Amino acid sequence: MARHGTHHFNYVLRLADSPCILGQRLTEWTANAPAIEEDIALANIALDCFGQARALYGHAAHLGGRSEDDLAFLRDAPDFRNHLIVEQPNGDFAHTMMRQLLYSAFMEPYYEALAASRDETLAGIAAKAVKEVTYHVRHSAEWVIRLGDGTEYSHQRAQAALDELWMYTGEMFERDSLDAAMIAAGIGVDAAALKPRWDETLDEILAQATLTRPADGWMISGGRTGTHTEHLGHMLSEMQFLQRAYPGAQW
Amino acid sequence: MTEKDWPLYEVFIRARNGLAHRHVGSLHAVDAEMALQNARDVYTRLGDAASIWVVPSAAITASDPARKEEMFEPTATKIYRHPTFYEVPDEVGNM
Repeated sequence: MARHGTHHFNYVLRLADSPCILGQRLTEWTANAPAIEEDIALANIALDCFGQARALYGHAAHLGGRSEDDLAFLRDAPDFRNHLIVEQPNGDFAHTMMRQLLYSAFMEPYYEALAASRDETLAGIAAKAVKEVTYHVRHSAEWVIRLGDGTEYSHQRAQAALDELWMYTGEMFERDSLDAAMIAAGIGVDAAALKPRWDETLDEILAQATLTRPADGWMISGGRTGTHTEHLGHMLSEMQFLQRAYPGAQW
Repeated sequence: MTEKDWPLYEVFIRARNGLAHRHVGSLHAVDAEMALQNARDVYTRLGDAASIWVVPSAAITASDPARKEEMFEPTATKIYRHPTFYEVPDEVGNM
């Protein structure tokens, strides 16, 4: 495995950054959700995300010689490789649930495929994560259906969330040279090949939710090469504050 | 929609096969499917669950605490109803 060196490290780091950033976003709902039951549900999803991120950072640390904490807390925004969709602000509840659905419906088949990776550690992490993500899809889908097919006002807000987030979905299916190298090595997953399954899942849920799938217009990308929206830096300043202010702090 | 509009559900959890579902608490949810998901998130965090039931609280008919004497006291003097004279072998497991 060592011959893949930097590519391998960068690939795992990419995988780790998205759940880390999404988990951090979701924690912003803690004590702010519409009901205490949903507050706990969102915290659970956030914890699943952090669990995936920790396992992946741990693996990246092993491959790259930097500690798990270093990777999470001492890199600046341009060094993060997460999908842009996960760093977007929470918006209203419909927006948060829509983001969760769009992303999790992609990660479910992704982790399924990754569970067959030649990198056994990665395969093991993916096999565990797929069960978590399957539940995230179920929970967010049920909310999207209820909001979309709810009142006129909830429908309007759910449709607005879908329309706003749509341009961030194209990035998930991109395949660059790093992906290609990892796919060729039997380690990585071909995200582009997951598009039909994602389309199918989404179309079924959106139909039930009586929401209109937006046309595929211009898609923004860049997160996976370090070009982020303005939101990531603000978020990292809070997430990384402790390690920046008190380097090496532990408890 | 506010929480005030959400109906109350009673939650029953079975820890493992062979045991009965036990009442663990209640919660608010928009409907039964969401109640099931909320129950999963609120009451199974420690991993001790094999099955969940949710029941609308309004569907439960309860006995009146004010009438507990007529309901329950007459049985207190009928000790011969208790099968305390049998020994249950350990192999029987949960009864």
